[in-house]
Amino acid sequence: MSRPFDWRHTPGFGTLTAAILVFLYAPLVILVVYAFNASRMVTIWQGFSTHWFAAIARNSDIRGAAENSLIIAIVATIAATLIALAGALALERGNLTFGRGLVTGMVAMPLVVPEIVVAITTLVFFSALGMHHGLLNLMIAHTVFCIPFALLPIQARLKDMGGTLEEAGRDLYASEWKLFRRVTLPLLAPAIGAGAIMAFVISLDDFLISMMVSSAGSTTLPVYVYGMMRLGVTPEVNAISTILLAISVVFVASALLLGRKRRAA
Amino acid sequence: MRRQSTWLMLAPAVLVIGVFMLIPMFIALAYSFMTADPYGGVQAPFTFDAYIQFLYQRDFDDSLIFASDYILIIARSIYLAVSTTVICLALGLPVAWYIVCQSEERRRVLLFLITLPFWINTLIRTYCWILILRDEGLANKLLCALGIIADPLPLLYNDGSILLGLVYTFLPFMVLPIYSTLERIDSRLIEAAYDLYASRVAVFRRVIWPLAKPGALAGATLVFAPALGSFLAPDLLGGGKKLLIGSLIQMQFTSSRNWPFGAALSIAITAVILLVIILRSWTAPKREAQA
Repeated sequence: MSRPFDWRHTPGFGTLTAAILVFLYAPLVILVVYAFNASRMVTIWQGFSTHWFAAIARNSDIRGAAENSLIIAIVATIAATLIALAGALALERGNLTFGRGLVTGMVAMPLVVPEIVVAITTLVFFSALGMHHGLLNLMIAHTVFCIPFALLPIQARLKDMGGTLEEAGRDLYASEWKLFRRVTLPLLAPAIGAGAIMAFVISLDDFLISMMVSSAGSTTLPVYVYGMMRLGVTPEVNAISTILLAISVVFVASALLLGRKRRAA
Repeated sequence: MRRQSTWLMLAPAVLVIGVFMLIPMFIALAYSFMTADPYGGVQAPFTFDAYIQFLYQRDFDDSLIFASDYILIIARSIYLAVSTTVICLALGLPVAWYIVCQSEERRRVLLFLITLPFWINTLIRTYCWILILRDEGLANKLLCALGIIADPLPLLYNDGSILLGLVYTFLPFMVLPIYSTLERIDSRLIEAAYDLYASRVAVFRRVIWPLAKPGALAGATLVFAPALGSFLAPDLLGGGKKLLIGSLIQMQFTSSRNWPFGAALSIAITAVILLVIILRSWTAPKREAQA
């Protein structure tokens, strides 16, 4: 029963990949299952229940933290996406004689520098300036690290698109603004959407930087959940973690689908 | 687009990142040379104390005694970050190759499945392992039920659990860059090698690995850098008792209130990571020239 030789088939690699996928997803599945467990003893199954989600919804501290997270994420997403859009257009369509490497390097900084370093340098900066504005500090910090996540899909799309349609518009005497409104922006829209969703998820999920920069009144949801986790494994932590997990999965899946549409178009 | 408007459009990105990220780095650098204020923050005079503290402790009579505490934490952090990188490479390379060899449709699904965890909250992903590894956790419950062990094993709060958490967090960072370099391989090269009776091992060593190397190096940087500064895996899975650089830095700005030392540690790991990136960019062009 020997199959003809095929270099694309390496024995064992399929099993290994399947095992890796189980490794990546099984812990998440276990979390979700536990979140729906009626028992207060997390590991002993006592039937299906949404009891803990109701308990989460009643907790006013969690609601307050969720509100903070949402406000920060919305502001940071809008700011980062606009900044990234302008930056991507300048990098891909602009006339840069020098400084391209420097600018690219700077924009990539939030991706390369370890989060803990970003967190403490931001803290030190705000404290050196005597800026203690709670939510505003967090909005600024989040905008900074969201920029590269919003920029990458927009820049990739601009590269893919090429400049031919814009050239055609220019040949037909369209003004630069009209060209942007009628040609570039519609073609770019899915990538802008994908970038904005990525920025939103990154902001909503951020823990370390928020923890170091936030003050008493400006706790975000992940920071609050971390505080709960430090106190021990409880069904409430499982439920709120499941909610955060579901939000990330829904948003990212939609962003990746938008990205795919981009390629089909 | 004119040059002026190009810079005008770049200005927001450059200014925001420059002011809120680059300048803070320099402020942290300055802070690392100052004296700690016991109430948090820093004060005059300028000193090298924060850097001396890496290796020495100041005794009551102001003499310096060698103290290995911090250097051991730094060494353990580097050891765990390197181990994470090696394990991720060993697992990521075959997975990336497997995905490259699949049909278009399957490739898309597999890539989606590998990418998705990257976007899921690290806090939540790390917490899941507490549910599995703790004394009353799933792993111990299963092992007990199967009669393999009588008493729960201490699976949590050791280097092994930290390493597991780090690999779990950063594995996608390794698979994706390797995949994107392997995807561009000209399959005729591989067919030619097999036509010339090369063995699987020879094809891997002489054809696939040289072509995969830039991706593997990029992946290694993307895994090593955040693993070195990681906070959540050591904090949640190491129980906060086994300190790594990330948690040590965080402590200096919370409970220990030694901002200059925390700033000095941050500058040190940033320097290490910059060094890794510079070394990579030095070796990369040479390889391309060979190929």
